[in-house]
Amino acid sequence: MIIVARDLGQVFSSGGRPLAVLQDVNLEIAPQAFVAIVGPSGSGKTTLLGLLAGLDRPTAGSVTLDGQNLNELSEDERAKIRAEKVGFVFQTFQLIPTLTALENVLVPLELRRARGDGGPARLEERARRLLARVGLEDRAHHYPAQLSGGEQQRVALARAFAGSPKILFADEPTGNLDAATGRAVIDLLVALNQEEHTTLVLVTHDPELASRAQRVIWLSGGRIVSDSAPSAPSARSGAP
Amino acid sequence: MTRFVLGLARREGRASRRRLALYMGSISLGVAALVAVNSFRHNVQRAIAAQARELLGADLELSARHPFDSTVAALLDSLAAAGTPVSRATSFASMALALPSGATRLVEVRAVEAGFPYYGKMETDPPEAWGALAAGRHAVVDPALLIQLRAALGDTLAVGEARFEITGTVTQAPGDVALRSAIGPRVYLPAAYLQETRLLRTGSLARYLAFLKFDPPASVQRFLNRYHQLLRAHEVGYDTVSEREQELTDSLDALGRYLGLVGLAALLLGGVGVASAVNVFAKEKLDIAAILRCLGATQGTVFAVYLLQAGLLGLAGAALGAALGLGIQSQLPRLLADFLPVRVAAAAHWPSVAAGLAVGAWAAVAFALLPLLSIRNVSPLAALRRDYAPRPRGWAPERLATIAALGASLVALSVWQAPTPRSGFAFAIGVSLTAAVLAGSAWLLSRLTRRFFPARAGYVVRQGIANLFRPHNQTTAVTLAVGFGVFLMATLYVVQRNLLDQLRTDRQPDRPNLVLFDIQTDQIAGVLALLEDRGAPALEETPIVTARMAAINGRQVHELLADTAGPRPSRWALRREYRNTYRDHLTASEALVAGSWWSAPITPGAPWRISLERDLAGELGVRVGDRITWDVQGVRLETQVANLRRVNWARFEPNFFVVFEPGALERAPRSFVVLTRVADAAARAELQRDLVLRYPNLQALDLSLVQRTLDAVLGSVTLAIRFMALFSLAGGVVVLLGAIAASRYQRMRESVLLRTLGASRRQIARITATEYLALGALAGCTGAGLAAGAGWALMRFFFEIPFRLPATALAGLTLGAAALIALVGWLNSRPALDRAPLAVLREMGD
Repeated sequence: MIIVARDLGQVFSSGGRPLAVLQDVNLEIAPQAFVAIVGPSGSGKTTLLGLLAGLDRPTAGSVTLDGQNLNELSEDERAKIRAEKVGFVFQTFQLIPTLTALENVLVPLELRRARGDGGPARLEERARRLLARVGLEDRAHHYPAQLSGGEQQRVALARAFAGSPKILFADEPTGNLDAATGRAVIDLLVALNQEEHTTLVLVTHDPELASRAQRVIWLSGGRIVSDSAPSAPSARSGAP
Repeated sequence: MTRFVLGLARREGRASRRRLALYMGSISLGVAALVAVNSFRHNVQRAIAAQARELLGADLELSARHPFDSTVAALLDSLAAAGTPVSRATSFASMALALPSGATRLVEVRAVEAGFPYYGKMETDPPEAWGALAAGRHAVVDPALLIQLRAALGDTLAVGEARFEITGTVTQAPGDVALRSAIGPRVYLPAAYLQETRLLRTGSLARYLAFLKFDPPASVQRFLNRYHQLLRAHEVGYDTVSEREQELTDSLDALGRYLGLVGLAALLLGGVGVASAVNVFAKEKLDIAAILRCLGATQGTVFAVYLLQAGLLGLAGAALGAALGLGIQSQLPRLLADFLPVRVAAAAHWPSVAAGLAVGAWAAVAFALLPLLSIRNVSPLAALRRDYAPRPRGWAPERLATIAALGASLVALSVWQAPTPRSGFAFAIGVSLTAAVLAGSAWLLSRLTRRFFPARAGYVVRQGIANLFRPHNQTTAVTLAVGFGVFLMATLYVVQRNLLDQLRTDRQPDRPNLVLFDIQTDQIAGVLALLEDRGAPALEETPIVTARMAAINGRQVHELLADTAGPRPSRWALRREYRNTYRDHLTASEALVAGSWWSAPITPGAPWRISLERDLAGELGVRVGDRITWDVQGVRLETQVANLRRVNWARFEPNFFVVFEPGALERAPRSFVVLTRVADAAARAELQRDLVLRYPNLQALDLSLVQRTLDAVLGSVTLAIRFMALFSLAGGVVVLLGAIAASRYQRMRESVLLRTLGASRRQIARITATEYLALGALAGCTGAGLAAGAGWALMRFFFEIPFRLPATALAGLTLGAAALIALVGWLNSRPALDRAPLAVLREMGD
């Protein structure tokens, strides 16, 4: 198992009163799986994603990522895990506005550069190849503001795969795109996922997108209410 | 990882470089001031060291308040006979009358023997005039004197009863400060004809000098070791080259260091600019930092990326400042020429430049640290959720450590730059207090506006006032920057005005403007009659009796001087020649601080009552009731201290250390000082001419002339200080521009949203104007208020003269500051007003 969550819980205090956002979440994800986490707004999807990726510490339970218990790691050690094993795709693209498309793709490559990745030329070569793979080789020197939403998300995809991550977390990757562009981005995401043998964990409330996953985890009120293959989601009562 | 930091800092900095550059400009001004002043200070030191011998013109200068007695004269003669060059001179004040112009002026006469100066050169015009001085009844004078006396070379100069031909002017005298000639223009006469003036009699205020040249120069010390006791016993003071060099270096160094403190203030102001810029910068970069953290960058890496940007920009700003400073320091010798007795070369002093660079870069980093901590502590979760609110962080250890480091570096920098560690600490405390008061009033303003929000005011005013306390407000930064600038400028102004007001005679019609002194007892009746005749009766007639102290409470002065154990009255106070007066009343510039005035009649047989000036009593260690025995030109006189007075010495009136009760001194040899007022300048000149022609020994001081001179002197001093303060003000404006520009993007978004919602351009312009006018008024008022306080404290404790608040001028300054800020704020908001809302919105889109 590449991701293991045990009795995971997250409690925030809201106006002095504790607010349980996530409770008793247990799940295991196999390598190279494509898992969708779905649920209504406020169901704890994004919180779960953040905890699985080690962006925050849970108030209860633990997350093990590729054999490493995240609870035992310091802030900087978790950052190192992210640099080496994790990629991200965000709803709002989150490209760094002050860097060009090529430079954005280079960031993870340079961050994890340590074990004989080759010189700057080799890194740039890989970044260019990835940009070409998402069809943006001629936009390498454009800034995010000069790109359309779909183009920005394709650059984000290139960046996410740049570091050859074992796991890719995607948070509503089509949420800010129109239907056609969204579909194209998903096609690319799925294709890249297969090519690079990545584990893909995707948060969405788009049923069509969820239906392409091998496994769908339904969240409601901070608990897992169902966990299955996407063939018949509508058969389950209480699920949206 | 280092490569990553460097690479990202470089790439990421491209966009912010232009915007942050303005802030780094505020560092530049401070560094420029420091580099200029410190480089100049070292140049002055080098010049003094190189020209030390020329400053004195000899290896040793002996001086006495009375003619050298037979023992000292014999010593000098034997030295001369043994081959040591000796040149004597006599220096005293006298009236000089030019003919044919008939103009008169109080001058400083220097009757010299051939030989002086042994080092350096007396440069005259024509050049041969100095060498030919002793060849006849010649006079060589300061060039300014020719103008004042409306005289030309070849004219006659009457000094006392002698007549001299003006044969040249002195263009450069060794060790002389140009400013001197404004106070007492020099007249050089050959010593051989000194007697003919008949000006020197016993009791005349003259300095008797002898200049000696030793071979080798180092043998001065041997001479002094041998004769030190003898010279002291005969009341002869001495000055060596190294002493003169040390005195001069010390005083000019102190001046340079004070100027340096003003420069440091400018740098700190720049630091405030950096902090406020980096604060806005850091807020804008939080999103990027969160993304970088998501992508696996550590806290340290992200922090380093931005700290490096700040540091490099700071270094660039400091480099720009250093270059600017080198340019400025080449101008300083000219600006301060009147104060400098040496020729100062404008050479770059590289250690000062290096120090400026280091201090500038350090200030940029130190002030950037605090706001950058928020970048360090950003959670990667913020990239995932827009609404992510960071958990509140209180006084985290790294915050406290940063603040402590800032405080420590402020103290270290102040002590490094200040003349003494004490004044360095005082400066650091003063700066901290000023900053605290300014920051406090900014905080108070936002609290009060929130508390007493003008809810009934119009929309525009409500919006403008609300801007003072909304998130991302610039209240503290602008108040600090502008308030500090106003404070510095206003303090200088208040001090200068108070000092000059003390001397203003032309404003008050009853104040005297002509002082006549050294009037002898047999001349006083004639002088008074002449004044009456010219319609300028004497306003005050003060007798003066010279005397020396003989004993205090029965202990002879020579015993007191010899006593080395225990607290001892100061040597200066015991040995000086006192010019005392007697009267039955206190004057306007005096106030009783202890004892009582002599209103009761004299008790027969009791000692005469005297009044001492407070500080002199302190120097002598005497109190009311103590007894002082005086030697009044050979006659012993017993007195008792009846009271102590505080004297305002800054008033241009005859003031005295010691006042006797009437009856004590009437039979002693006296001279008189007479004060009068002649409104018309021409009549005043005519009166002086006639007095000098009839009584050649009498001296007349035209107070309006003195005042003009002091105006000029103070003007030069304040020009130098203002020059440095200008850096602070310019720094304040740069910080202001920066603070406004930094928040401009955000403001632009707000303005555009408001316009999209239907606000008119006029409304938005007025909102901005309201906000900045309120800010400017606060900064100006606080700065001016602090300046009034500082001015009062300086007048009260340092200058010890009464304080007057130039309220109108301060109010003007405050209004000016407010208007300036409103203008700058309005100009900066214009881009948002002039463009289509959609274009701006798209440009700023996420």
